[in-house]
Formats: sequence, C-alpha cells, structure tokens
Amino acid sequence: MATLMQSLKRSTPAWLTGRRLVIGLPYAWFLILAFLPVLIVLKISLSEMQTTAVSGMVSWQGAWPSIKLDVSSYLFLASDELYLATYLSSISYAFYTTVLCLGLGYPFAYFMARAPKHWQALLLMLIMLPFWTSFLLRIYAWKTLLVNNGLINNALLAIGWIDSPIEMLNTPFSLMIGMVYSYLPFMILPLYANLSKLDGRYLEAAADLGCHPFKTFWLITVPLSKAGIVAGCMLVFIPAVGEYVIPELLGGPNTLMIGRVLWDEFFSNNDWPMAGAVTIVMLLLIMLPLAIYNKLQSEGRA
Amino acid sequence: MNSTALKWFGRSWMLLVYAFLFLPIFTLVAYSFNDSQLVTVWSHASLRWYKALMHDRDLIAAVMLSLKIAFLSALVSVFFGLFSAFALHRYRRFTGRGLLSSLASTPLVMPDVIVGLSLLLMLVSVQQALGYPERGLFTILLGHALLGTAYATVVVRSRLTEMDSKLEEAAMDLGCRPWQVFTLVTLPLLMPALLSAFLLTFTLSFDDVVLSSFLSGPGYSTMPMVIFSRARLGLNPSINALATVTIVVVSVVVFASTLYSLRQARQRKRDMALAQRE
Repeated sequence: MATLMQSLKRSTPAWLTGRRLVIGLPYAWFLILAFLPVLIVLKISLSEMQTTAVSGMVSWQGAWPSIKLDVSSYLFLASDELYLATYLSSISYAFYTTVLCLGLGYPFAYFMARAPKHWQALLLMLIMLPFWTSFLLRIYAWKTLLVNNGLINNALLAIGWIDSPIEMLNTPFSLMIGMVYSYLPFMILPLYANLSKLDGRYLEAAADLGCHPFKTFWLITVPLSKAGIVAGCMLVFIPAVGEYVIPELLGGPNTLMIGRVLWDEFFSNNDWPMAGAVTIVMLLLIMLPLAIYNKLQSEGRA
Repeated sequence: MNSTALKWFGRSWMLLVYAFLFLPIFTLVAYSFNDSQLVTVWSHASLRWYKALMHDRDLIAAVMLSLKIAFLSALVSVFFGLFSAFALHRYRRFTGRGLLSSLASTPLVMPDVIVGLSLLLMLVSVQQALGYPERGLFTILLGHALLGTAYATVVVRSRLTEMDSKLEEAAMDLGCRPWQVFTLVTLPLLMPALLSAFLLTFTLSFDDVVLSSFLSGPGYSTMPMVIFSRARLGLNPSINALATVTIVVVSVVVFASTLYSLRQARQRKRDMALAQRE
C-alpha cells in the first residue's frame, strides 16, 4: 500500500486532477442530496406558514438583510402533549424492537458462526433471501397471518388452545411482530460478521484454564463482540424510531409513532413548517446514536 | 448443559428464527393459488388471481415504472458508489474525509421519512428558483439513487479492502498509467462487487415506498405505492399473486448470482494456486 501511495504521488499533475475528480464527485453528490436538504428543512421549520407557500426567511431592507425566525412550530411542538407522548412511545417501541432483535439475533449469529464452514454461505444466503423480497409484501403477509380469521388464529382454534380468536392485528403486539421481523436481519448480519472473526484460541485458553463454558461466553465472547452488538443495535434502533410503513399497516390507528405524525402533518395537514420542526426534533433525538454509529463505521474501515 | 445438548439447542433456535423469517413468504405464495375472494379462507386451488393480475392495467403500468426507475437508479448508484468507495479507500488523508464518510453511511440508517421529506423540500425550493425539476420520475430517481449510492459504497468498499493491492502495484511497476491500472486491473477485479451492488440497489429502489411517495408527482405511481394504497384499504388476493411472481424472479436471480460469485471465487483461488506453483 505504501509503495502504491508513493508511486501515485510521484505521478504527473494529470493524476492530481484525477484525485480531485474521484473525491469531488461523490462529495458533491452527497453534499447536495444528503446535507443541503437538512439545512433547508431547518430553514423551513423556522419560517411562517402562509396559505400558498412558505414565506422566505430573509428579506432585504435596503442593503441590510433582515432575518425573521419564526419559532411558532417549535413552540407548538413543545406545548402539545400529544407530540411528546408520540416521541416517547416511538423511542420505547424502537427500544423494545432493538432488545428483542438482540435477544433473538445474538444466539442465532453465535450458532451460525459456529456452524461448519461450508454451511455458513448457505445459512447467510437464507438470511438474505427474505431481505431481497419486497419488504412491503412481507409486512402485508403478516396482516394476512394476524387477522381474526387468519392463519394463526385458525390454527390455534383448531388445536383447541383458544375458544375465540385473539385480537392480534392493529395492536402493539402486531406492531412489534412486524418491527422485529423486518429489522432482525440488520441485527444478525453485523453480529455474524463480528462473531465469525472471533479468535477461537481465546476460548480454548479459557477452557484449558478451567473456565466453565457459560462463564467463558460472558467473560470472553460477549465483550469481544461488543462492536458487533453496538453496530447491530444502532442499525435497528435509528431507523426504527422513524418507521412509518409498519405502524401504518400493522399498528392500527392508536399506535403512536412519530413517522406517522410527520407523514400526516405533511400529506394531510399540508403544514410544511410543522413537518419540518417534527423532523428536526427527531433528528436531534437520533443524533447521539447516529454519531456512535458513524464513529464505528469509520473505525471499522480504517 | 453438555455440548450435544447445546448443539441441539442451537439448531432448534436457528430453525425457529428461519421459520419466523420465512412464514410470511410461504403464506403469500400459498394463498396466491387460493380461489376464494377472502384472502384468509381457503376454498380450492386456482390461478384466478394470476389472471386478474394480467388484466390489472394500473398495477402493470406501476410495475413498468418501478422497473425503469430501479434500473436507472441502480446504474447511477453503482457509478457514484464506485467513486465514493474508491475515494474513501484510496485516499487516507484529505480535508473533510470524515464528513464524506459520515454522509455516505448516514442514509443507511436514517429513517426514510426524514430522507424523503428533506429531499422533497429541497427539490421544491430548487424548483421555485429555477422552474425545474418537475416532481416525477426524475425526482424519485434522485431519492433512490441517494440511498443506493450509500449501499453501493459499502459493498464496493468492503471488496476494495479485501483486494490485494500487490496486483495494482505490479501493474504500476510494469509501467501502467494510473487510469490504466484502474481500467485494466482494479475494475475487472471489482466486477463481482459491482454486480452485487447493482442487484442490491435495484432491489432497494424496486422496494421503496416512502421516498417514492414523497418525491413522486401526479401520474407517477410506482409498484410499491400501488400495493401500499391497496394494502391500507384491506387485503387483496391479486397482491399475493404479484408477490409470488416477484419472489420467484428474485429467488432465481439471487441464486444464480450467488452461484456465479462462488464459481468466480473458486476460479480465482485455482488461478492463484497455479500462479504460485509456476
């Protein structure tokens, strides 16, 4: 690598423009499509709603720009208890989803990493396969499974465990099923990537020194897989906070999720500053997990 | 617990998780052959819903639009993903490298509603200033390509990390210009990664409903948007038929590409062994 870098540096100035191009192109792409939009949302969340359009923030009075910040959207957000309740319930749903995914996914990834090598490629493909089929269709399928006269209720009735159908669809239960189902692969993949690289010699050493397998697991395997655990949890938690499709299809009208509030502010109420303010507050909430995730990403690749 | 018990515990745990992951897919397929109008009641096997699907003009138009967008989005994503992966892998030190790295990985986890809303508000501002772009195919494409670029970057970057830089160095020593090294050595070695990045970003675009809903304009309904609006109203058996068709197509493509990449890897190993013997 070092020699390559040196020979790259020794090249002609033509390469310098090449370097600039290679860096500049993706930079411009991401700055325009991922960074600039957030600034614009911030701007719109601070402007006043008018009947036809969102008013401008900067007006010119002679040579002096006058900046008018309208924080009414944020004040409304803070004063209305429903918003607070929705943020809290989004976070708790995302938290439970993360915990359940970890509980289901960690043993799975552990045993997968310990399966015979020639099986692992197939096992991995089987995890990826549902991932390749439409997410929307799979959520829709859960609707078919969980309705009152659906497959699960019919099966339970047939074996006599229940006398009347259980109300499962449009409850927090069905929402959690859908969330865990959709995010489980995102937990398993980083955990597996981490656990399959675990050096078996540590475990052997522990066993030689008379450590009980369970103790070895808690004292060696779990701490060594910390990076995988954190990565998996962030990959599940952050998008789960803002989930829209799953609560809309499986959660019924009473489950409070902030993604739905944002959607309704925008599509039903047409209140752009309010939708912007909801977005900015959501961004602030996921800022810390996002920073942890980004740090992990850059460390893992360095 | 002794080791045999642990082994069986592990196997049953994995089996249960797989059952959980595949149960909805099997249900979709099974009920697509059900004659009953009610999705949940089994009457008898028929191809009724496949026939209904063939005459569903709205849905077919939506599928065509989705295929078009997915293809274009995958092309754009792989192009920019190749550049950003290359920039992050090759250049260890440049101003704002950390920011580029964060910007490239943030769309992977950012909730769709945030990406969709912020992108739309920006595009509306641009349109108010320049009179362009109209909301429609192009704006949906931009959203999908942003998401796709982030995923393509991850795929290409991990392949670059695995790759042996000696081959590039050898080409350099033999007098190749940097762009020749790239086109003659690096690019062919990256081909399998580019292919899997293409498939992944194609699927992402083909599957997306939230970004499309924010970014589309009148007359541009993608397949997931149509499915979503029908699924919201209730259950609809022709969606099961459509699901089965996509599942079959996707399974064949994924299986073939896995086979292809495994064969490629084996071939490379054989070539490597041969080269070392000589």
